[in-house]
Amino acid sequence: MSRKTHSPTRRNYAPIFSALGDETRLALVSKLAKGKPSSIAHLTEGTRLTRQAVTKHLRVLEGARIVRSVRAGRENLFELDPAPIRQVREYADVVSEQWDHALARLKDFVER
Amino acid sequence: MSNTIEKRIELKAPVSRVWRAITDHREFGEWFKVDLEGPFVPGQVARGRITHPGYEHVTWQVTVKEMQPEKLFSFTWHPYAIDPDVDYSGEPPTLIEFRLEPTATGTLLVVTESGFDNIPAHRRDEAFRMDDKGWAQQVKNIESHVAKNP
Repeated sequence: MSRKTHSPTRRNYAPIFSALGDETRLALVSKLAKGKPSSIAHLTEGTRLTRQAVTKHLRVLEGARIVRSVRAGRENLFELDPAPIRQVREYADVVSEQWDHALARLKDFVER
Repeated sequence: MSNTIEKRIELKAPVSRVWRAITDHREFGEWFKVDLEGPFVPGQVARGRITHPGYEHVTWQVTVKEMQPEKLFSFTWHPYAIDPDVDYSGEPPTLIEFRLEPTATGTLLVVTESGFDNIPAHRRDEAFRMDDKGWAQQVKNIESHVAKNP
């Protein structure tokens, strides 16, 4: 009996897509993309969210390895890891490009 | 739905012609480059061999969902499943929808692929919808920002 393997990189995409599929989390990611590691207090500033809500969203992003927490003295800060976002973007680009090719062939097929 | 890829294409052919090209398994196979074993039937699996040069060893398989004549054709699959040594069955399937609309010059075809996040549609926040431009663009913006500000 042959045992097929799972592709390790592909299987990691769903949690990343899922984590980014939320407006609040995308806003947090955008904020973190602008600069230095930030505290929960800083990330809560200027939003209508509670610290608890921000913390909850950061944990989801941390679970998908999009952000990681770093300690700075007594403070717990969060910073962005751009690698997973780059991976899903590249993957989405490949899928998108495949559709462009297939639909161009469909166009030739029905218009000839 | 979130995390959706959407493609819109204007075709200079009537809706009935486009419907046949996407739902007749032989016609579908010609442009999609797959040699299907049998017709598309809602609720059933359709499979065949990819005929695209270099991928002839790959089996293509989808589960047909809906066929509303000249309106909607949908199926689920595992996107970009091109490695025959990989079992994709444990991965989240995505939903492909072909929607057809008549236009003055022919047919507007809208193709969407959704479900990359493995969240069933009914559990999604309906208020938060993204398409190829929306979601993908935001992710791109974030990425280019990160690249400029390492």
